Amino acid sequence: MNQLGFPILSLITYLPLLGAFIVATLGGDDARAAAKARGIALITSLAVLLLGIFVWARFQPGFAGYQFVEAAPWLAGINVEYRMGVDGISLFLIMLTLGLTPIAILASHGIKTRVRSFFAALLLLETMTIGMFAATDFILFYVFFEAVLLPMYLIIGVWGGPRRIYAAVKFFVFTLAGSLFMILAVVWLWRHVGTTDIAVMTHTPIGRSAQMWLFLAFLAAFGVKAAVWPLHTWLPDAYGEAPVPGTVMLAAVLSKMGAYGFLRFALPMLPLASAAAAPLMFALGVVAVIYISYVALAQTDMKRLIAYSSAAHMGVIIIGLFTFTVEGIEGALFQMLSHGIVIAGLFLCGGVLTARGEALTLKNLGGLAANMPVFAAALMLFSLANMGLPGTSGFIGEFLVIIGAMKVNFWVSLLGGAGMVLGAAYMLVMLRAVLFEKSANPRLAKLKDLNAREYAMLLPLAALVMWLGIYPSSFTHAFDAPVAALVQAHIAALNPHMALAMVTAK
Amino acid sequence: MYSLIAVFAPLIGSILAGVARPWLGRQLSIAASIVFMVVSAAAAIAAYRVGVMPPLAIAHWIQVGQLTPGWTLRQDQLSLVMVVMVSVISLLIHIYSVGYMAHDKTPQRFMSYISLFTFAMLMLVTANNLVQLFFGWEGVGLVSYLLINYWYDRPSANAAAIKAFIVNRVGDLAFAVGIALTYFIFGTVNLDGIFAAAASHAGQDFMLFGAPLPVLEIISFLLFLGAMGKSAQLFFHTWLPDAMEGPTPISALIHAATMVAAGVFMVVRMSPLINQAPVAMGFIVFIGASTAFFAATIGCVQNDIKRIIAYSTCSQLGYMFLAAGLGAYPAAMFHLINHAMFKALLFLAAGSVIHAVAGEQDVRLMGGLGSRLPVTCAMMLIGSLALMAIPPFSGYYSKDAILDAALAAHTPIAHYGWVCGVLAAGLTAFYTSRLFFLVFTGRSRMPRHVEENVHESPAVMLLPLIVLAVGAFGSGMALAPDFIGGRSLVFWGNSIQVAAHSPMYHLGGIPGWASSAPLAMALLGLLVAVLFYLVIPALPGRLAQACAPVYRFLLNKWYFDELYDALLVRPTLRLARFAWRFGDEQVIDGVPNGLAALTADASAQTVKLQNGSIALYAFVMLIGLLVFVSLFIWVR
Repeated sequence: MNQLGFPILSLITYLPLLGAFIVATLGGDDARAAAKARGIALITSLAVLLLGIFVWARFQPGFAGYQFVEAAPWLAGINVEYRMGVDGISLFLIMLTLGLTPIAILASHGIKTRVRSFFAALLLLETMTIGMFAATDFILFYVFFEAVLLPMYLIIGVWGGPRRIYAAVKFFVFTLAGSLFMILAVVWLWRHVGTTDIAVMTHTPIGRSAQMWLFLAFLAAFGVKAAVWPLHTWLPDAYGEAPVPGTVMLAAVLSKMGAYGFLRFALPMLPLASAAAAPLMFALGVVAVIYISYVALAQTDMKRLIAYSSAAHMGVIIIGLFTFTVEGIEGALFQMLSHGIVIAGLFLCGGVLTARGEALTLKNLGGLAANMPVFAAALMLFSLANMGLPGTSGFIGEFLVIIGAMKVNFWVSLLGGAGMVLGAAYMLVMLRAVLFEKSANPRLAKLKDLNAREYAMLLPLAALVMWLGIYPSSFTHAFDAPVAALVQAHIAALNPHMALAMVTAK
Repeated sequence: MYSLIAVFAPLIGSILAGVARPWLGRQLSIAASIVFMVVSAAAAIAAYRVGVMPPLAIAHWIQVGQLTPGWTLRQDQLSLVMVVMVSVISLLIHIYSVGYMAHDKTPQRFMSYISLFTFAMLMLVTANNLVQLFFGWEGVGLVSYLLINYWYDRPSANAAAIKAFIVNRVGDLAFAVGIALTYFIFGTVNLDGIFAAAASHAGQDFMLFGAPLPVLEIISFLLFLGAMGKSAQLFFHTWLPDAMEGPTPISALIHAATMVAAGVFMVVRMSPLINQAPVAMGFIVFIGASTAFFAATIGCVQNDIKRIIAYSTCSQLGYMFLAAGLGAYPAAMFHLINHAMFKALLFLAAGSVIHAVAGEQDVRLMGGLGSRLPVTCAMMLIGSLALMAIPPFSGYYSKDAILDAALAAHTPIAHYGWVCGVLAAGLTAFYTSRLFFLVFTGRSRMPRHVEENVHESPAVMLLPLIVLAVGAFGSGMALAPDFIGGRSLVFWGNSIQVAAHSPMYHLGGIPGWASSAPLAMALLGLLVAVLFYLVIPALPGRLAQACAPVYRFLLNKWYFDELYDALLVRPTLRLARFAWRFGDEQVIDGVPNGLAALTADASAQTVKLQNGSIALYAFVMLIGLLVFVSLFIWVR
């Protein structure tokens, strides 16, 4: 069935579910059960991470198709199978999920109520997210895509901040409303193709006008998830109100679902519509980069500032995807990884302060560089990566997108790159307010620097930021084959004559 | 191999000084950074003596499509000259800083930053592709930010650091887009590939602003915009004077000798490309010459000792761009090296003065320090004479060569450059002498408690001054034959492309009166300063009163800061608040909020039950499933 001979992807997907089940059924008194729950959750997530690293080690980068594939009969009557697999596009998104879950668990120290349910929800979230990235059947993907909502909704709504109900419901309604359109698209595609195997669907031609309608449906579904302007307003509320581990998973991993959807479905299945919509998508991306950066500049709360910054960076990803160049798409993919790590680091830094009982309004903070130098260095590093400083992960993605966009249009390149300036502006303003400016708050001078648990959260992310920035080839290597195949197929779809010429030339 | 050591030793020193303090202790971590700088400087000199070598590939970096910039050290003549200059001056400033920062709370942090800076600067000058150059470029910008902000409890330092970073970033965006366009046209970002193909793309057009424009002109403009930001040229200059908030050794190393000259270096580095863009070259001449004059006018009336020298730096960088825009790249490099030495010397001497008078920087509160600080005074004198371009000090050789080139070029824009340059030469002599006289001669204007504690700096600070003074005195004479004289073509080899029509080939054919005009202007400037500050000290005050509007215009730096504040900064912040409060909260959220509010009410009631939220979810999920299943049935 695959190169390993056993369904390792399903194992990775459902092991956290088992962990969630064990955690949920733990007995005993509350404090001890909570500690036990945390331990089990951490061990489960680390075990899955090890399995993931094993998959990465055995992954063959030169190959464009799915690897570690699994197939089992599922809804046989309607020709839907249970299919899993990874390619270079999904591999690192799965790795990102696997890597961030233990860190989110470490960051859950502040959760004091219904601790067992919380860790169960977090592990459930991991299962659903990995399943979504590993699914190679559209129906299976859809099930996981929707199911991700459940644990995330609970995490925001039960353990969130003061406006959690508003934020949770907004998150829920936005994303559910978007994905309703996707069901319509799935059903239509299933009727048209006769199967929901993504590999088959990708190679089935679709008429031009049908592509347009399908693209609109995908835009609604994935646009909301990717927080494409103007569908982004659920994001600052959800990020702002969710508890720190929830924000980390939401911003780092779940926000990639939309971009992943575009890349996996809209681009390869609907080449004509994607090409026709590219100008619109560029416009949305550029508006996101500039407009949302402006909004970020006006924020008065650290968490919301980072949230808006996150939404602004999604604009860069969207621009990169729709350039249909190898540089742009790999840049977008790289930016997805980098953004996941960097934004997680930034929110965790916010969490460090929350854990010390400080509100994250910028006015309340200041001067922390003096007594928390390690924290300051970490926050500085993630901020620099967020503004795309060369040598950090943020630069590679942003620069590749600028380069890819230049092949399409000079102004998209320039305006899409405007985040370099605006991003520097709002991040430096935040750094000044948090680390440097004197504050009237006397408690700040007594705050202690990072403890061992916080080192364990932040150091791996800091190391990854540097690794991605200094030696990105370890990652782009795996992107090359699937992205090249995608770009070639796209060009062939747009120019049938040229494709014919290429075939005859061979 | 030597280059590798020269470039990476400062990085190791920086990491040790920054991270290893808990294990090494403060003194050892400072010592570590200095030891690694000594290694770096020695290796740099060794590499220079070995001579030009093929590029040294260290590792892959980005490999996407045809974009394959690697981590590679270029070892041609231009890189080697810069490596020696940067590492030696950096070493001297490391040593000086031990004395200057002795009373600081975290000197090892300071040393770590300047070692990191040295690493980034060396990566910049040894870059073999544009992306690595950009890495060094932004790296030095980052450390510049960190060091301007070094005393971060001062609000003015915060503001200056942010300003420096953002102004630079505007230029950097243009630079990055320029790299992207280069890649689009040339299919590579490696320097050799670009240089080899530059001539063949000379006639190529690119649609921009709805018109076909020569693509190499566009690229050159974009790259030069980056250089304008980094080198604080007119319109981008506002950050440099404010950057003087950083400790003085930084002003010497980053904001005088090395980083701000990176823009000039980059233009020289890209000479095969820039040579194909005559319009952009004219623009470079225009900006360079205008900056040389404009910054010098401001320097004449400032009262902060460091800001006077900072404006002088702007002005001198303008001279270098003037030369580069004329295609006289060797002259630009010659002035760059000379300037690095005498300007570092001036800043370090100024630091020695500031150190002596308890941190005071206002020249109106100094005076008569010559006899109290004899060594510093002598060093400042040598640096001043070099800056004023008085023979045989170094500045004379390079500035004269630049102005001769401007006259030899025989184009209107070059003649504009010559006029600006000659006027600026007079102004330079004036403000330099003014600074010297106000600080070292006349009666003391210091408060008593300061005056009682005036002391000459320790040897650890004076030693670097003396080394730099030797350079500031002799570098012009010693380097002229190689850099711009008969041997220059052989010396630079193919690391710089001097075009056939470059005025470099006609430096000798300048009429005598024109050739001596800059020196005459300098002497005139000196004379006026003598008159103003030694003979009739009341005169400047009366003149300022008589020409009050002009004086205020200059004192307020041509009102650039106020203009930018009103046109850019405040509207940006207002727009940001508007986008948030109105755009996001009223308009975009207006539609869904009605719905969301309804649902929120419903859930607020249900959530009172323990698992109300789950119930709500299940309910909506059920509806979703219903729709899903019914659709399936319907389409079958």
